[in-house]
Order: sequence, then C-alpha cells, then structure tokens
Amino acid sequence: MKLILKINGASRAIEAHPAKRLLDVLREECGLTGTKEGCGEGECGACTVLLDGRPVMSCLVPACQAQEATITTIEGLAARDGALHPMQAAFAHEGGAQCGICTPGMILAAVAWTRDLATADSVGEALAGNLCRCTGYTKIFAAVAAARGQGDGGGA
Amino acid sequence: MIGESPTRTDGAAKVSGRALYIDDLPFEGVLHGKTIRTTVPRGRLRGVRFLPGVPWDEFVVVTAADIPGQNVIVLIEPDQPYLAHDVIRHVAEPVVLIAHADKGLVEKAATLVALDIDPLPGVFTIEDSVASAATGDAQHGADNMFKRYHVARGDAAAALAKAEVVVEGTYETGAQEQLYIETQGVVAIASAEKGVTVWGSMQCPYYVHKALGPVLGLPPEKVRVIQTVTGGGFGGKEEYPNVIAGHAALLSWKAGGRPVKLVYDRLEDMWATTKRHPSRTTIRAGFTRDGDLTALHIAVDLDGGAYVTLTPVVLSRATLHAAGAYRCDDVTIEARAVLTNAPPYGAFRGFGAPQTIFAIEMHMERAARVLGIDPLDLRRRNFLSAGDTLPTGQTLAEDPGLGTMLDEALAALGPRPAATPGGPWHGRGVATFFHGSGFTGSGEVKLASRAALEIAPDGRIRVLAASTDIGQGTNTVFTQIVAGRLGIALAAVEVVPPDTDIVPDSGPTVASRTSMVVGELLDRAAVDLKMAVEAGGPPSSGPEFVARAAAHVAAGKPRHYERQYEPPPGVSWDDATYTGDAYAAYAWSVHAVDVTIDRLTHQAEVADFVAVQEVGRVLHPILAAGQIEGGVAQGIGWALYEDVVLKDGAMVNHQLTNYILPTAADTVPIRTIFHERPYAHGPGGAKGIGELPMDGPAPAIGAAIADALGVLLPRIPFLPERILVAVDAAGGGKP
Repeated sequence: MKLILKINGASRAIEAHPAKRLLDVLREECGLTGTKEGCGEGECGACTVLLDGRPVMSCLVPACQAQEATITTIEGLAARDGALHPMQAAFAHEGGAQCGICTPGMILAAVAWTRDLATADSVGEALAGNLCRCTGYTKIFAAVAAARGQGDGGGA
Repeated sequence: MIGESPTRTDGAAKVSGRALYIDDLPFEGVLHGKTIRTTVPRGRLRGVRFLPGVPWDEFVVVTAADIPGQNVIVLIEPDQPYLAHDVIRHVAEPVVLIAHADKGLVEKAATLVALDIDPLPGVFTIEDSVASAATGDAQHGADNMFKRYHVARGDAAAALAKAEVVVEGTYETGAQEQLYIETQGVVAIASAEKGVTVWGSMQCPYYVHKALGPVLGLPPEKVRVIQTVTGGGFGGKEEYPNVIAGHAALLSWKAGGRPVKLVYDRLEDMWATTKRHPSRTTIRAGFTRDGDLTALHIAVDLDGGAYVTLTPVVLSRATLHAAGAYRCDDVTIEARAVLTNAPPYGAFRGFGAPQTIFAIEMHMERAARVLGIDPLDLRRRNFLSAGDTLPTGQTLAEDPGLGTMLDEALAALGPRPAATPGGPWHGRGVATFFHGSGFTGSGEVKLASRAALEIAPDGRIRVLAASTDIGQGTNTVFTQIVAGRLGIALAAVEVVPPDTDIVPDSGPTVASRTSMVVGELLDRAAVDLKMAVEAGGPPSSGPEFVARAAAHVAAGKPRHYERQYEPPPGVSWDDATYTGDAYAAYAWSVHAVDVTIDRLTHQAEVADFVAVQEVGRVLHPILAAGQIEGGVAQGIGWALYEDVVLKDGAMVNHQLTNYILPTAADTVPIRTIFHERPYAHGPGGAKGIGELPMDGPAPAIGAAIADALGVLLPRIPFLPERILVAVDAAGGGKP
C-alpha cells in the first residue's frame, strides 16, 4: 500500500506491505536506524517512537495503522541546528545512557511522560515499559529529573 | 581530570540515534543468514532434508562438509564444532546455515529444513551426568568432568573434627540470561583470495580473530575483526561471538565473498546462546561457640552444559571466591564442572564468583542462627584483615576495611522501617565480599597484553587498544587517563575503534581488567610519549603540548608508543598447586538491603539498597556508579525475578514475555558509596569494578528474607511460590 507518513516534520510517501512493522518501515524504508529492535514482541520498549505524540512500540504497529500519522523518532528530537533536546542532553551528561541501545526508546518515553505527567504517577511507572540492562535505572531517573529541572532522582 | 565526570565520549551519538550498531550498518548486496538448530538434546545426525516450498537453488547452504578448515570453535578445548555433523550434544545446536537476500524467504526456508536425528538419552543434572558416566556412557573424557580444582590450606578435616560447632548447608543458584538489549549480530565477508573481515557486536575482537583462521584455513594476517558499537555484553559477548562470526564467515565463503549478516532475534538469542552456570555448593563450617570460624570444607559443582567453552575458567573464579571475605586457616575447596546436555553455559558478569559468594554468605547467615549470634557480629568477628591469608596462601598486606564499610552501609540505610499492621513483612540483610580484579593467577602474564598511543600529524593522540566499549565507558576512561597524563584536553585524544588490523591485542574485555590493566598500559605509554615529545625540554601542556607533538611528528621522530603488561612486583602464582597470589588486586564491598514481602502474593521487593565499595581510585564517578548500579540491578534480577526454566536442558521461557527482568517500576534508586584507597599499580590508582556489584545482591536479599520470615531459602531465584512454601513449612511467617 501507499503510506503517507509525517516523520520528524517531513512528509513521506512510502510503498509498503500494510502488515509491515512500523519499526521496519522506519529502519529499512526511511533509513532511520536510531529506532532499535530489542525483542520484537512489545516487551522491551527499545523500538519506542512517538505516534501522534504518544509513545508506541513500533514493533507492534502495522504500517497501515500509521497511515497519515505524525511520527517522531529519536532522529527528530534534536533542534534543527543539531542542539540536543534537554532530555537527550540530560541522558548524556547524567550517565543515563551506557550501551545506548535502549536509549532512543527510553528518551522518547521519558519525553512523552514529561509532556503529559498525567500518564503515569512516577518516572518508574512511566518508563516501566522500557527495559535497560546496563544502568539499573538509577542514572535514568537522575537524567529525567535533571531534564525536568529537578535535583532529585525520584525513583520508582 | 581523573576523578571528574566528563560527558562520555559517545554520549551525543547514543542519545541522538547516530551511533551505528551492527544491524544499522548498510552493506551492499548483503545476504541474510539463519542458523538451523537441533530440537533434541542428544543423538546422532543421520541426515538433512530440504523440503519443497522455497527456491533452494537460490539459497546459500552450508553444512559441516562445506567447512574449508577445521570444524572446531577455538577457545580452550577443541571439543565444540561450528556445525554438528555426527554427535548432537544439546538442543539448539547448529547444524545447517542458510542465507538469501530476501529476509522473509530465509525465515520461511528455516522451517523447511528437516534434521534426521536418532535420539539418545541426555543428562540434565550433575548427579545424572556423574551416574551416566559411571555406567560407561561418558560424553566427555571418562567421567563427564570438564575440570576439577582442589585448593587446600591447613587441615580442614582435622579442624572440623575438633570444631565446637559444625554447620552444614547446601545452596543452589539458577541459570541467568545476560540479556544485553542488542542481540548477537555480525556481518562477514570471506573468501580464500581476500581473507575474512567480520564486523560485529562483541567484547573480544582478538578471540574472534583467533577463532576465524582455523575454521576458514586462513593465516592470521588474512583475518580482520572490527568491533561495532555494542549494545551490552555482560559476558554474553565474550566467547559467543566466536560462534556467530564463524557462521557468518562460512556463509560468505560459500557465497563467493558476498557480505552475510547474521543477527539473532530475541527468541534465538535466549534459546541458543550462553548463560550463567547453574551451581550447587555444599559447605561444612567449623566454629568455636563464640563464633570464630575455624574450618571450611566447600564443595562446588557447576553445570557446564554440553561443551567445555570457558567453563574451566569460570570454575576457577568460583573456587577462588568460595571462602568469602573471612579469615580461616584450615580450608579445603573441592570444585568440579560437569557436562550436561544443555546449551553450553558461559561468561556472565562475576564469572562463577556470584554463585559461591551466594553460598558462603547464606552459610554465614545459617551459622549465625545456629550459633545464636547476630549475623553482622559473626561477620565482623571473622572479617579478613591485614596479615590474614587467603586459601591459596596469598597474604593481605592491607586491611580491606570491611568493618568500616559495614558501619557506613548500615548508617546509610538508617533506622529500620516500622512495620505496619497487616502490611508487608520487612527484612534487612547484608552481604560482605571481595572480587579479584583482572585475570586469575598467571593469566595476565600469559595474556601479555599490549596497548599503544600514536601521535597524529596534527599532534592529537590516538589510543590503540583492543578493549571494547560495550557501554561501561571504556573509551571515556581511556581518554581521561591519557589526556590527564599528558595535560591536554579530552578532545585532543581519540580512541580508535577496535580493529585487529590497527590495534594491538590488549586482551579480552572481561574480568574487570580493562581500566586497571589496559588503562595502566596506556598511562605508561603516555609517560613514554610525554618524555619523547618534551625530550628534556620544559614540560608543557594543553595546546602547547599538542603543537609540540605535531612538530615531533613533522621532524620524523617516533609516533608510536606501546607498552606490554608486566606483573606488579612480588606477585606470583603456581598453576600446578593452585597456590600463590590469585589476583594482583581485590575490590571489596558491602551491600545492605531492606526488603519487603507482600503477605498475600509473597513477592519480595527491594525497598532500599546501599552499595559501599573500595575499588581503588574512582576514575569517573558517574561511570563508576553506573557500573555499580547496573550490576546491583542484575543481581537483584538474579535473586528475585530471573528464572530460566529448562526442558531437555534448553530454556523454554526464552522470551521477554515470561523471562522477567527488573523494570524501572521495580527498581529503587541504588545508593552507591565509594571508599577510595589508591592502588599502586592501576592508572591513577584504580582497581577493577565491573563484576563486583553482581556478587552481593542475591545473598544480601537472601539474608533480608531470612530476617523478615525467620526462614532461610537456600536457592535463588527467590520466587513468590518458593517463599510461600518456605513460610508454610515454617508454620507461617512472623506476625
């Protein structure tokens, strides 16, 4: 099918099978490899992107469901001049990223939460769908707190 | 510069999605590979059939008969084939490799390969393996033993016979999946004419380099291995990349040198690749009535799985940490690793030590209850201190300061939380332990690691080392060490990505050795470089030094400064008797934890966690704390959630839906406190750090559960159903 997507502010027309995973559309058709596959079954959150502003696991979204949607991937988070989004900067400075493979999805989930705090009671709950094996989450909590302008890491 | 926390050098690339992992790299004309594996644990391969349904003539197909060199995965013993051709030893054993440009078609074809195997009875427990070998059905040697160690100091039998109180207990730990979030993956280009190049996610490029020559029949100079940005390893990418790299190379070889990509999906990765060795440890300990530890007899069994792989070395570390952080003059440790028909177990952070430290720490808890002594007092009474001797005969020159660290951990935890009526059970527990830094015994001497610095024409400094940054921050720490020594900006130092054509063999990225051992080589190389550039002139730093380095190169003077490992003075080890200095340095730690247990679900949860450690000088506080926090979280997972369920030796819950990792919602911020006692032979005074935090959480949580419930669970993971059974058996929990 012909798919019209608005990805990171630019409209794109893509020819893709309607059941193709949005993850593969982004990585293979659009060259946006910042979105990672961790498990392929919606458990790890590494493939998180923002679909019409809400975090989704792109491995669970068939392309047809994304028709005419607005999508933000990690590549679209920084400013046009390349300046990092405050959440990205905080993850880099505070040690929120180690191996980095969960980081794009984690950052997008964190950004979505800080834009709508009503979606979860705590940072731990907000990020519960994004697995990290490196950090023990402590520095991720610190990064989110720093990006929100708070000194305290908060926690679960 | 050392002791500060500059933003990690790869930070911006990782947070912006620009860091390219193996699956992100474009390769023109790439074929997608797939591994066809057995589903029976033991048998004989009679044949392979390719069923209709795909155009098989378009596929690249590799079986054992296609291997141009030796069908052996080079590691410690030559017992494991790249592709099984006769004997089948475990479920998920590779037999056939296929590749095609169409990824979807490869997945379909994989279901159309039939392996005809005559099944044989497998062995899945240590007892069954030993019994089976005794009936003449051994699969390895005469007795299914991969390795045995015997460490003896004093006379444990006599001391046990004389002991006023003898306490015996057996402790078991389950397998654990490393669960790096980036699965195993490589791309290979291989041909007889051009040799082989492999790009991939890995910890040890030179291990892969060493393995690829023999299987392809190529000399070392025609083998090139390049590490790509690696999404976690934790030991899981120590030896397994030898396998997947060989497979991809064989497919490319058969395909006439076209690039072949092998990237496992999560199911295959969890089903087929290495995990932490399951263990069983039985301890008999003698005490005086007052609680002085007078004798230890420790029997350690590891389940090695179906091939030797790294098991002897894992068993070594298990053995050398088995007596814990306690003074005891009469110790015997009998350790053995046994074959079972399970996929081979392998390296995982801690490398055998977490298993035996769990056992000795739980045993101290048990002994305290038998003796009627507070578990903390029993530990304090027996802590190793200056002048004490470890079971291998190594004498501690300095007091590790465990008592002070314990005080600090308890103070940080604060008053015990008040229990609420009907609320969860509360418990507090500690673990006190050490972890040896670097390779065991003479290992570092045998490795003879090398690392180098090179001056670029513009005077910037390039770091040449085979050590891999797998997330822990190696590249940042190396940059700090070199920039700090030379007095130049971090930006004037560049760490060259590990590529065996460019970097010397710095040894594997394992064993908490990278900062301490390879970092020290770079520090010494920096001293050499600085002396050469300054050439007796006045010292300089910053841009002035860079300018002088550029002039030094322009004048045709040497650009390359390499150092090779030399053991610290006075360190010696005897492999034959297993005596001497087991490790050149030890890191020490106390973990203290508050646990709650739900009265209804019996789920135990960590309410607060304090980790105090002495790791020498802390080079980069944020990265160092990150190592501790991440290791503690993995230890919490091993203790509470991560249950590898085995059937026919293989993992049946091999997906993230039912193999449960700690999530952000389960995890409280882990509180990390460093004691810094600079180590004379590490860069800036640093010792190893990476594995240490894996050792403490399981026994500390076990102690806390025992404190909460009055019952001691000898086996992890502490799943709710096991806690429920233990509580019921004890006649209900505490009020």
